[in-house]
Amino acid sequence: MKRIKWLLPALYIVFVLLPIYWLLNMSFKTTNEILGSFTLWPDHFTLANYRTILTDPTWYTGYLNSLTYVLMNTVISVALALPAAYAFSRYRFMGDKHLFFWLLSNRMAPPAVFALPFFQLYSAIGLFDTHVAVALAHCLFNIPLAVWILEGFMSGVPKELDETAFVDGYPFWRFFIRIFIPTIAAGIGVAAFFCFMFSWVELLLAKTLTAVVAKPIAAVMTRTASTSGYELGLLAAAGALTIIPGAFVIYFVRNYIAKGFALGRV
Amino acid sequence: MARISLKNLRHCYRPNPAAESDWALKRFELEFSDGSATALLGPSGCGKTTLLNIISGLLKPSEGSVWFDDRDVTTLPPDAREIAQVFQFPVVYDTMSVYGNLAFPLRNRGVPGDAVDRRVREIAAMLDLGDMLDRRASGLTADGKQKISLGRGLVRSDVNVIMFDEPLTVIDPQLKWRLRSKLKELHRRLGITMIYVTHDQTEALTFADRVIVMNDGIVVQAGTPVDLFERPQHTFVGHFIGSPGMNLLPATLDGGVTRFAGHAVQIATAPGAVPAGAQLQIGVRPEFVSFSGTGIPVNIEKVADAGRFRVVETRHEQSTIRLLVGEDMPLPSERAFLRFDPSFTYLYADGWRQGGGPG
Amino acid sequence: MSGRTPNQKAWFLVLPVVVLVAFNAVIPLMTVVNYSVQETFGDNQFFFEGVTWFEQILHSTRFHEALQRQLLFTAIILAIELPLGVAIALAMPRRGAWASVCLVLMAMPLLIPWNVVGAMWNIFALPDIGLLGHSLNALGFDYNFTRQPFSAWSTLIAMDVWHWTSLVVLLAYAGLSSIPDAFYQAAKIDGASAWAVFCYIQLPKMKRVLMIAVLLRFMDSFMIYTEAIVLTGGGPGNATSVLSIDLVKIALGQFDLGPAAAMSLIYFLIILLLSWVFYAVMTRDEVQ
Repeated sequence: MKRIKWLLPALYIVFVLLPIYWLLNMSFKTTNEILGSFTLWPDHFTLANYRTILTDPTWYTGYLNSLTYVLMNTVISVALALPAAYAFSRYRFMGDKHLFFWLLSNRMAPPAVFALPFFQLYSAIGLFDTHVAVALAHCLFNIPLAVWILEGFMSGVPKELDETAFVDGYPFWRFFIRIFIPTIAAGIGVAAFFCFMFSWVELLLAKTLTAVVAKPIAAVMTRTASTSGYELGLLAAAGALTIIPGAFVIYFVRNYIAKGFALGRV
Repeated sequence: MARISLKNLRHCYRPNPAAESDWALKRFELEFSDGSATALLGPSGCGKTTLLNIISGLLKPSEGSVWFDDRDVTTLPPDAREIAQVFQFPVVYDTMSVYGNLAFPLRNRGVPGDAVDRRVREIAAMLDLGDMLDRRASGLTADGKQKISLGRGLVRSDVNVIMFDEPLTVIDPQLKWRLRSKLKELHRRLGITMIYVTHDQTEALTFADRVIVMNDGIVVQAGTPVDLFERPQHTFVGHFIGSPGMNLLPATLDGGVTRFAGHAVQIATAPGAVPAGAQLQIGVRPEFVSFSGTGIPVNIEKVADAGRFRVVETRHEQSTIRLLVGEDMPLPSERAFLRFDPSFTYLYADGWRQGGGPG
Repeated sequence: MSGRTPNQKAWFLVLPVVVLVAFNAVIPLMTVVNYSVQETFGDNQFFFEGVTWFEQILHSTRFHEALQRQLLFTAIILAIELPLGVAIALAMPRRGAWASVCLVLMAMPLLIPWNVVGAMWNIFALPDIGLLGHSLNALGFDYNFTRQPFSAWSTLIAMDVWHWTSLVVLLAYAGLSSIPDAFYQAAKIDGASAWAVFCYIQLPKMKRVLMIAVLLRFMDSFMIYTEAIVLTGGGPGNATSVLSIDLVKIALGQFDLGPAAAMSLIYFLIILLLSWVFYAVMTRDEVQ
């Protein structure tokens, strides 16, 4: 029985890896070869695509820019969401249920026409084409997500744990950092990763709020896609490279997500 | 009901232990008699939870065996050992009612409906949960939930032993004593073997007939609460049990006479041969120290009021000696003499009590 | 949310979040509402039109068809991704090196920019030069997603499942990790079967996390745009023109801020309404 259990995740991973393998396959080919023939492995293996990306400043600054504002956003979102989630989880206050839903509703808006108002707003406060602008703008949908996830995990921790800490004479902040946070570590890991991920892939707002200085990688890729037709090989290489930072992030938070945390001894 | 024996037990959490300190439990031989109430007492990290989990089957020992009566159960999983365990925080099935929770272990074993009903109501009555049977388990307070946990263990009539892993940790202080008395009452009534793990000496001393003090993976002393108090075999027992703990004073031994700071001190049993180079200490509890006309000269430093008695802190050169004095007794002025009751004064070498005697 | 103590000072903890989100939400929203009730002929001249745009859109059959397609799409992917994600999370090892490997590999689809996802699957599924397309046709299936509605739908759904199931897996897995070992130990002692453990321990403890997964996938699937349009362009014909694709087609076609803004608002309100229903249903037994 135990053996068979492994089959499902294994099959799923194979399914996940197939298109990625195809992506890698394409990234080592020239665009002509991609469009011209069907081969499981490049006939003319080339690193030209990767070379272009790693040497052309327009390309690699794209990655650095994205990384900058995404990390800023992740930190801000999770940091602000923690106290808010604690409030929602532990206290009843005026309008709490509606406030919670209002937060969620900010993820329900299609970005298309909001692009222009955002552009006007951030230009008006002089933040156009900065990393900060995108980091803050992404808070619109990332903070609610972080609050939502963290609240879910916090509610799984019985209130008795808070109370035993108080009885033992722990000041609140010490209890929060030393005991509470490790208990909800899985939630923090997941929330941090999702904030990173959604901010990393968001294209519209990031493109709208930036021009040259803070231009994200996704915008660089679309520019490539439109100007020179479809530079597929290049695009594939760029796409493959976008996986790497996020892979690092989830690798770092893996111990938060995977390790089963038994309720901490106070 | 069962007698539990642990033979040649040793446990290490890591696969390749190198030093003695890698072992969570060092060599162990222990027996819990049928129907006894035993407490495993010790500080965090002493190995008591490890021991508990080995007995319950949640952990398989690196070496040694576990016996229930005359059966070797070392390789049996928990549900085959017929045990019950109450954890540090309440473990209840939130979606079920109190009734459902109590009935769960029986239903899993295929017990017929009316037998289940009878048993559940019987146990619920014993635990004062009778009028809450239809309530959702998640709605109860922490002590109620712990009672449900306990109930799930009691409801099975063939339970060999019930184990408690610091069960009162999340209970409100006002309710702790109530739950504690309930546990003792249940033990007297049902006569099931119970093993209770705790780091709180009050819980251990009030609940158990026999207390096993553990430190650093070994049994330091096993005995009745009175034994542990009056005849500590190790300095650890001396200062861990009792409040305030035992006085430990540097000692010397020459020609069979024990001395503290040059004064001869009479001790309970003749020390016999003492290991060479061992650190010697005289141990005597504050309860057995008194003022007298002659003896060890001390200066009185501090007097603390502890209700029905007072704790007097005195000093002789570098050593602090505490004693208890009744609240109405007059205190000498600054200087006084102390006398140690010889029946309760002991010599310790490297922490271990020297000389024979019970304990 | 049982056992919460009333405390109005909790607002201080929530304030930073409210301020930041409101800053990003309220002003742009007001701007959009503004546009949606006006007509513009360029040159920054606006004429108030009231609810004209809204009426126009809500009464068009084209809109209704797009909405139906969207509902069907959302229903299908929810039905696939949620059970699949939970099942995978249950089957994954709970700790150790293999768990890390699984997590990193499964996270990959989530990290690829959505236009690249669409482009990738586009090539992947091409009948002649794509691995999927080529293989399916070699196996005898008549597969061409650019020309057959059924193939297009299947590909779209497969792409979404590939892209987003990992999200459900990660959430469910984190939820499972939060269950203290003691519960599994107690269940063992009580003699519970694996099914009972799932019903009485795992599922209840994952309830909140699953709710997040359901709502997230619901909302995001309703808003799907980039991946879908790069993959199929909404075709063949109108076959895979889900709601957002259709709306953008109309907006671009008319080249007007007014109708576009109105459409966005309608869109938003639909999602809001349906999410509220979902949310209310799922939290109804929490009013304790």
